[in-house]
Amino acid sequence: MTDVMTPPQPALFSIKGLHLSFPDRAHRPLFGAAPRIEVLKGLTLDLPEGRITGIVGESGSGKSTLGRVLVRLLAPDAGQVTFDGKDIGALDEDALRPLRRDLQMIFQDPMSSLNPRHKVWRIIAQPMKRYRRGGTRADALKALEKVGLPESFADRYPHELSGGQRQRVGIARAIALEPRFILADEIVSGLDVSSQAQVLSLLKTLAKDMGLTVAFISHDLSVIRHLCDDVIVLNHGEIVDSGPVQTVFEHPKSDITKALLGAIPRPEIDDSWFE
Amino acid sequence: MVDATYSPRPMRFKVRNLRLWLPLLWIATLIIAAVFAPIFAPHDPLAQDLMLERLPPFFIDGSEPGHLLGTDSLGRDVLSRMIYGARIALFVSVIAAFSTGIFGSTLGLIAGYYGGWWDRVISRLVDIWMAFPPVLFAVLLVAVIGTGLTSVIFAIALIDWTRFARVIRAETMVQAQMDYVDSARIGGARRMATLLSEILPNVLPSIIALLALEMGIAVIVEAILSFVNLSISSDDPTWGSMISEGRGAIHFAWWVLLFPLIALFLTVLSFSTLGEGLKKQFDPVLK
Repeated sequence: MTDVMTPPQPALFSIKGLHLSFPDRAHRPLFGAAPRIEVLKGLTLDLPEGRITGIVGESGSGKSTLGRVLVRLLAPDAGQVTFDGKDIGALDEDALRPLRRDLQMIFQDPMSSLNPRHKVWRIIAQPMKRYRRGGTRADALKALEKVGLPESFADRYPHELSGGQRQRVGIARAIALEPRFILADEIVSGLDVSSQAQVLSLLKTLAKDMGLTVAFISHDLSVIRHLCDDVIVLNHGEIVDSGPVQTVFEHPKSDITKALLGAIPRPEIDDSWFE
Repeated sequence: MVDATYSPRPMRFKVRNLRLWLPLLWIATLIIAAVFAPIFAPHDPLAQDLMLERLPPFFIDGSEPGHLLGTDSLGRDVLSRMIYGARIALFVSVIAAFSTGIFGSTLGLIAGYYGGWWDRVISRLVDIWMAFPPVLFAVLLVAVIGTGLTSVIFAIALIDWTRFARVIRAETMVQAQMDYVDSARIGGARRMATLLSEILPNVLPSIIALLALEMGIAVIVEAILSFVNLSISSDDPTWGSMISEGRGAIHFAWWVLLFPLIALFLTVLSFSTLGEGLKKQFDPVLK
């Protein structure tokens, strides 16, 4: 089944021949530079505007690295990273700073990504203040309301919240800047199942309401199926499958996709469980 | 929609926490004694009376009612000298600890956060510094720059900054790996702002704990320098000079040595215990 019904979306991100490698310090020789491990091997992909694209793969497949290149926490070794028609791959931090408002990120571990010394409202308000988009307590409260947290949470510290609540604060911080793109890196992998479902539907609602482009990194295809419009399957730093979620799920092109699909727990009840 | 319950953060100090209260009690006593020394001290700490030399403390026969802790070999009141000595001890410990702390922590933060060339230079300096025996270094330094309280404070800061630099560097490196540093970058923070408003609050408990420890160390170093006559003039009442003078008379007037020694011991112990207690108290997660 092809996606003929939806008109082609202009790409917000356009990536061509993206290479990235890290030095392998464990195998560093006595003299000279450490050998490099190639993590991303020439990726070419588009992220269409206003859609949620799942990036899936096993651990070590390079999906988080790809995400960190998108929000430019990492710089590519080679290749083009075009955001909204502008190559951001080689920009330095000062040139990136004005763009970062549009490139937000929700982290995997909210305990580590929310400063334990700051109150919730300050965590949300600080980036707003830096980009002169408000930054008062009232602005933070508005963002909290959007993610379904009551006002009383504003004066708490991150360790006083549950995992699901913390991740909502992470989402509130990202959306408060009204960005165009959000990277969600394994944002539900640390949560229990009911919090997972709540956080995912919250993200989906917000993304649709705000017209956000989202890259959603996960190792879990059942989460991707629930949330995403498109999916990219990575394996050892290469794209092995991509396209609209339904197409990829129904006609997986590669064995990797098939294996990942096989890992989704089946909803049917197996009679043998009761024996 | 909203999960989990919320328990309010306990803000007040726990009464049972004696490790915090006992040191605080002793230090508060010292501060009051130091500030109101002219009121509390029964005698002029410098007044000599050779007719009343080496009077024993009150619980030994032959003591005089006016001299609770006895007198030294020049007939000066031991208790009054100790109370005035607390002034100098506290002054030196506070000023020296803060100068050491600010200097050492700044270098530690820079080395731990900026890494690279900064880290190499600062870490190498720390290594070189720590190769010197500290007491000898202090004695040499004061001998060169001259005696006096300012020199003592300067010597302490110049020698002991490595204690702060090492610990704060390591803590900063740990904190710099946390995701909140990356999220500050994502949120448009500059490097310096990230260091000061994100990382610094997280290493502050360690700095406070070290400050308290450093105050104890400063008291000891001042006493050592007084002991070898390199602090302020030996007439001025410092615990170190009292210990030094009492040493010569230990067989027949042990109180001249013992009482300042006990004060010194309690003060140093209090500061280091307080440091540990404060670190726990200020940690929002461990509490």
